[in-house]
Amino acid sequence: MAKQPVKQEIMALNGDEAVAYAVKQSDVDVVAAYPITPQTIIVEKFSEYVADGEVNTEFVCTESEHSAITACLAASATGARTFTASASAGLALMHEILTVTSGSRAPVVMAIANRALSSPLNIHGDQSDSMAERDSGWIHIYVENAQEAYDSILQAFRIAEDVNVSLPIMVGLDGFTLSHTLERVDTLPDETVTQFIGERKFPTVVTHEGKTVPFKLDPENPMTMGPIALQNYYFEFKRQQEEGMKNALKKIQEVNAEYAEISGRSYGNGLVEPYKLNDAEIAVVCVGSTSGTLKVVIDELRQEGIKAGLLRLRTFRPLPVEEIRSALKNAKAIAVMDKSMSFGGFGGAVYHEVRHALYDGQNHPPIVDYIYGLGGRDSNPKAFRTIFEDLLRIARSGRIEKQINYFGLRE
Amino acid sequence: MTTTQEWKFTAKDIAAKPDLFLSGHRACAGCGPAGVLRLIMKATRGPTIVTEATGCMEVVSSIYPYTSWALPWLHTAFETAAANAAGIDAALKAMRRKGKAKQHIDIIALAGDGGTYDIGLQALSGAVERGHDFLFVLYDNEGYMNTGIQRSGGTPIGAATTTTPAGKVIPGKIEKKKPITEIMLAHEMEYVATATPYYWKDMLTKVRKGLEVEGPAFLHVFAPCPRGWRSEPAKTMEYAKLAVESCVFPVWEAINGKRQLSIPSKLIALAPQKKKPVKDYLAGQGRFRHLFTPQNKHVLDEIQRLTDERWQRLLQKCESSV
Repeated sequence: MAKQPVKQEIMALNGDEAVAYAVKQSDVDVVAAYPITPQTIIVEKFSEYVADGEVNTEFVCTESEHSAITACLAASATGARTFTASASAGLALMHEILTVTSGSRAPVVMAIANRALSSPLNIHGDQSDSMAERDSGWIHIYVENAQEAYDSILQAFRIAEDVNVSLPIMVGLDGFTLSHTLERVDTLPDETVTQFIGERKFPTVVTHEGKTVPFKLDPENPMTMGPIALQNYYFEFKRQQEEGMKNALKKIQEVNAEYAEISGRSYGNGLVEPYKLNDAEIAVVCVGSTSGTLKVVIDELRQEGIKAGLLRLRTFRPLPVEEIRSALKNAKAIAVMDKSMSFGGFGGAVYHEVRHALYDGQNHPPIVDYIYGLGGRDSNPKAFRTIFEDLLRIARSGRIEKQINYFGLRE
Repeated sequence: MTTTQEWKFTAKDIAAKPDLFLSGHRACAGCGPAGVLRLIMKATRGPTIVTEATGCMEVVSSIYPYTSWALPWLHTAFETAAANAAGIDAALKAMRRKGKAKQHIDIIALAGDGGTYDIGLQALSGAVERGHDFLFVLYDNEGYMNTGIQRSGGTPIGAATTTTPAGKVIPGKIEKKKPITEIMLAHEMEYVATATPYYWKDMLTKVRKGLEVEGPAFLHVFAPCPRGWRSEPAKTMEYAKLAVESCVFPVWEAINGKRQLSIPSKLIALAPQKKKPVKDYLAGQGRFRHLFTPQNKHVLDEIQRLTDERWQRLLQKCESSV
């Protein structure tokens, strides 16, 4: 590390509180949100900051998530730094405006306390909600613990507001497992955060008069935002969005590295976090908090002489294809953990993506899917060991018995 | 409500003020809403941001890479005009507090009847309850004209639309027009008014009054649609006048809940013999053509009865609130 990290304050925060604290430090202009379990603590905590005059933010308690994300989008278009948070049905209700937000290139930051989708109604953690939004044009980051939730929100503003990215970003933290669990969180001083995030920057556009102006609603430089674009232009807009995603791959890594210098903390290269993967013969790919549990299992297995490793997919959109391929190049058998289902899709979303990424690589090991934890169903290190045992069998025989597995299910 | 200045909207002044809703848009011949937008933008008082729901006026005015808007303009979705206004208002407030925005900027949210009566009602109610500083202008052409003339909550009883066709059994829309202004008044808003472009001075004055309110204001503008109403494009203004004269669409304003008829409707209240039969207004509009047959006479009678009933109720409300 080039520099000595700054002195930090140790706090005891749950995941939601860690998010709220990060937003408090980020000089956000507008927070518009609607409460939903297990995200509620974020808006409650932030309301306290507002009520106590600790923030200079305009806080809008909207009448629905649909209006919350819309107000954020409109505020962002007006030039404000904006934040919202949601989960489950709330995120589903936002769906329409999620694509409008990304299409409008509004760098809104949103925390998702990941929760199951109805029906049946279930308030507990799984990743069905945000995985259903994988094609909504948002950057997706999933965190492992409350510390990373805090760090990732700070980083999210930098990534989203980068003029070459200009895309909204969602940071997923597992409902209850992270949102409601108290952990140690090291927090940066306010001035360090202010310096790290900086003022919001705007991409510039050239007007019909040839003037170069910032991309926002401004009476001095009138601009039509959110127009209708038909067969002759729509496609180009969408292609440009993809360019923003490509730039995000680079930006996420840069921000991760810069943040490491300040804080002493980094998460792999920002895109993926390999854990004991170099010589691993069997590997598990995971998104979110379960990675922490799997690391414990891997440590145990390593002590027993089993070469097991983990690839935590931190950034899900844009998909770090190269990094996935290179991290898994030596694995002889791979298990993917999916905390959501893609009905009729032959495995979950993460399975699709990882398997897809490996197709053009040199290494084509057997790869199996474990759909687990739906509706908050709990598991434990002992149970997870069976996945590695399965993988050992597959690695030795080269044969898959069951490609799509439902883990911890009564059948 | 505080008035910062006296304003007069004379034809000369209006003509001299540069257009903010520019020509070249793709609206139909005789389009009521297009004329309404061009006119109401003449009543702006300074820096203004306009936000608009999906609909006819959004589509005709913003086909990329062209625009009819000479002021900053935002569209996000169909049901979101008021939520957009809320976000813009919150942003301006925060940025002003932080010294990032210097001047006051007015916000006008525009939506058709679909984006107000139906899909946008929740967002509108929420934004008004929260007290955001914006003027919501409903341009009411009484149907989803952009998607091909389907019924909305603002479509009047008896009207034929593509989802309430005049059939052998059912004579057009069988439900009444939703009393949207009553809903808005129930929010205890500082300013709620109705207007038609025929009485353009009255309409512009109401736009300005709505902008002067520090908080939400609501203006319901009646905007005939020749395409959807199957009426002659040249008669748009005539229908905007007849609707008032027949008391189908009375013009009034309510300041802090105190309701007063505006002059065109007040003249009818003072001289009831001047009130025209609804038939005069309905005749000539293709959407009501099927009502002028012997078997549908009862519908015509019902429309007259409902119009009279609503007019009487309005007179009572104006009287009781003075």
